[in-house]
Amino acid sequence: MLELTVFSLLNGLVYGLLLFMLSAGLTLIFSMMGVLNFAHASLYMLGAYFAYSISTKVGFWPGLVVAPVLVGVVGALIERYGLRNVHRYGHVAELIFTFGIAFLIEETVQLIWGKQTMDYHGPKILDFPLFELWGIEFPAYKAFMLAISIGIFIALLVVLTRTRIGLIIQAAISHPNQVAMLGHNVPLVFTGVFGFGSALAGLAGVIAGPELGTSPGMAAVLGSIVFVVIVVGGLGSLWGAFLASLLIGMIQTFAVAIDYSLNDLFAAIGIPPDKTGALSDLYSATVAQIGPILPYLLMVVILIFRPTGLLGKREV
Amino acid sequence: MAAVATPAAMGRKSFLRRNAVWWVALVLVMLLPQVAHSGTSIAVLNQMCIMVIFSLSYNMLLGQGGMLSFGHAVYFGLGGYFAMHLIQLANATHFFMPLPLTPLAGGLAGLVFGLIFGSFSTSRAGTVFAMISLGIGEMIASSSLIFTKFSGGEEGLTADRTDLTPFFGVNFGRDYQVYYLIAAWMILSAWLMYRFSRTPLGRMANAVRDNPERAEFVGYSQKRVRLLSFMAAGFFAGIAGGLFALNYEIVTDETVNLTTSGVVLLQAYIGGVGFFAGPIVGAVVYTLLQTLLSNYTEIWAFYVGLIFVATVMYAPTGLTGIIMMHQPIWRAGRLRSLALPYLQVGAPALACAIGVIGLLELLHFVSVRAVGQSTKHLFWMSINAGRPTAWIVFSVLAVGGFLLARRLAPKLVAAWEAASADIHAGGRR
Amino acid sequence: MSAAIELVDLYKSFGSTAIIRGVNLAIERGERHAIIGPNGAGKSTLYNLITSKYVPTSGHVRLRGEDVTGHPPYEINRKGLARSFQVTNIFPRMTVFENVRCGLLWAMNYRYSFWHDVDHLDDVNERSMKVLEDIGMAARAAVPAGALSYAEQRALEIGITIAGGADIILLDEPTAGMNRSETAQTVELVRRITEDKTLVMVEHDMSVVFGLADRISVLVYGEVIASGPPDEIRGNPAVREAYLGEEAD
Repeated sequence: MLELTVFSLLNGLVYGLLLFMLSAGLTLIFSMMGVLNFAHASLYMLGAYFAYSISTKVGFWPGLVVAPVLVGVVGALIERYGLRNVHRYGHVAELIFTFGIAFLIEETVQLIWGKQTMDYHGPKILDFPLFELWGIEFPAYKAFMLAISIGIFIALLVVLTRTRIGLIIQAAISHPNQVAMLGHNVPLVFTGVFGFGSALAGLAGVIAGPELGTSPGMAAVLGSIVFVVIVVGGLGSLWGAFLASLLIGMIQTFAVAIDYSLNDLFAAIGIPPDKTGALSDLYSATVAQIGPILPYLLMVVILIFRPTGLLGKREV
Repeated sequence: MAAVATPAAMGRKSFLRRNAVWWVALVLVMLLPQVAHSGTSIAVLNQMCIMVIFSLSYNMLLGQGGMLSFGHAVYFGLGGYFAMHLIQLANATHFFMPLPLTPLAGGLAGLVFGLIFGSFSTSRAGTVFAMISLGIGEMIASSSLIFTKFSGGEEGLTADRTDLTPFFGVNFGRDYQVYYLIAAWMILSAWLMYRFSRTPLGRMANAVRDNPERAEFVGYSQKRVRLLSFMAAGFFAGIAGGLFALNYEIVTDETVNLTTSGVVLLQAYIGGVGFFAGPIVGAVVYTLLQTLLSNYTEIWAFYVGLIFVATVMYAPTGLTGIIMMHQPIWRAGRLRSLALPYLQVGAPALACAIGVIGLLELLHFVSVRAVGQSTKHLFWMSINAGRPTAWIVFSVLAVGGFLLARRLAPKLVAAWEAASADIHAGGRR
Repeated sequence: MSAAIELVDLYKSFGSTAIIRGVNLAIERGERHAIIGPNGAGKSTLYNLITSKYVPTSGHVRLRGEDVTGHPPYEINRKGLARSFQVTNIFPRMTVFENVRCGLLWAMNYRYSFWHDVDHLDDVNERSMKVLEDIGMAARAAVPAGALSYAEQRALEIGITIAGGADIILLDEPTAGMNRSETAQTVELVRRITEDKTLVMVEHDMSVVFGLADRISVLVYGEVIASGPPDEIRGNPAVREAYLGEEAD
């Protein structure tokens, strides 16, 4: 029991911080530009694929540096030549555009790399168990993922609160017009933030690819969860995204370990289990089985009872 | 279908005369199998008609109501599942269930779930609505793999439609028999959806889309209007889902997932969401692309994506919008003057397209091919992908075509302006 | 008989900034009431409080004696209060005719009907035409509202407001941005359409105010510093100092 809890905590932390790396960029972009980038998870996927290709030619470590930069450039190009032109048609049009980009990126990946899962793995020197508790190993690669995620988080915090560019960004988030009048090139800031957010997503892909699998479907799987994260955390709130990422990361990780169902609960209090009725699926589904839908249930609950999210201040 | 109402000028025409367009459409649609009677054609037509209903229902949300949904397949798929359960039940217990009415079960399911999910998702339109719809869509899609009793799990639900009570002797065993049913439902649903847009609720849905605040200040709750539109859209999506169940005799989690939701968005948008006929055009074009293109290329979905992004960026009114743009010019009889400029720009544009397609196909071939193969069949030629010749030719076509088209574009613009100016000068406005 | 609109101890703050600081005002039925004040006094905020676009921080809004504080805007409209907007707030994609028609569908009890064909509702269509004639826009019935000139849009704005037959009308700067003749036309229109109704008007143009209003209230920094018939206001020294004194008329 204890070992289960400890490892679920660790794994949940790894997954949750990964979600945060993705949702941080998304919520930054949304706060500043009002655009919800449907293609954010696709950029994550691109990061993984770029890193894979680089790793097959030169190795993992160059990929770690180069791939996020490449993805950041792609993101900046999308913003500069695509989003900026669609902006005048309104937020719904922007969302449709980024949806189209997500679709296009997914098809491009299949065009260039095919439909199979790529054999993208971490570097050999990280391929060992970092420690062992109660007979269960914790791979060093996961610790590496943790280290990178925590490092990014701290870097974000420092940049946003203590540097000049960070203050400009914070100001542009809430008052873009005033910031423009102060002489800052707001469109350039937008492109920069979009590019930076994309690079973050790409970095998440680089480190998650070996762990979660590199395939054309990886964007869809994580993409929806990331949206749930920022709705639950509150649109426009970085701390909310952090909180929600960890929360959902933990929920999904712990759920997988719980093999109890409603039937088990009934048995515990003396009601005979329902195995054949129309709703028998509902009663016999274990928590582990419904793990995938728990985040969405949480989102629905939040939307009904606290529509601005946990820490959100903004209404869209 | 005109958006300008001519007040008090509509006389007391009979029901037949008023809906003349629809009767004609019905007749045409019923005659189609005479022209396209191969088994494949009928299958394509069936899919097309189902998609038309689905896309029209989607446009009740997006085009009419301003609500962007990423989860409309929920109502389509749930409609399919419920219709399938009804068929299974009727087959098992042999109660009187005429096949033509089974889509109503889907419609009802779509309506009820539209109410359930709409009750908390229609408070806001815009980005929040879109995200909620995505979350619900994923939730239902995941659930369908968990609650296998209801959904049949990964294998899906199947049932034999021919076991249902025969309808005037017809047991719908043949594809073309199903076609007539689907086509009839399509005309009926489209007519109903069009009529809906001309009701007080339909008009206010447009009003709430354009200016929700103002709509409240003339007495309408924006949430209630959106919710009712949402339920109606769910109803018709469910009808489409029921027809899907009948046509393919299988419903799986794919029917309810994000891919299907994405497809209906693509269709509606490419067709043009600002026009009633837009989604019809979009569904037809998309189905044709999907069924025809996939015979010639593996990356047909990529082309669809490219068309979609291009539409969003350069032609947001969609294909129908582009056609309608020509309407005043056509009415003024000046369309002929555009023929030459279109040709002048169109030819290099076509060359560019061929170049781009060639490059993409070669790229795909080279990236993903099995080892040892180097001959690609493209444009009815065999091309050696290993040698640079083909690459160079396609690149030249692509770049040259693009530059030439761009150089000649001002001529088209000038011709357009000349034609439009003539309309204005002719006192037509 | 209770007043048409009664504002009781109305306060509204945004964050720590108090915009409306204790407004007490009673507007009688059938009265033509103007609210004037310098920019930033809170006139639009006051309107938004009355029509429930904003919820008061404290205080009450009463409509014909009934407390409607915080009720949703559509409920207030259904009780017979209609407003126009300072920034033109029409349905740009619909024709002029359809704009007005939307304004009266609820009032004529068609509500959320999805079984009536709006093109064949004679009562609705006839009344819409009548409203269009009232505001002088009958000739432009089929024009998309987004294509109208500014003055036409303002007229349409008023048309939508009165279409439903509300008997308490709130107009927000109806003559803003208009030249002399347009203003005169609008004033005539407003006078005509508010014959037996209660009118509350926010205005900057003093000639309009003094020409139309039965009573005037002066709003300065979120408080009503004076309220009474035009002559009284004209002679009030506090008002002159705060507002009218700056006008070189």
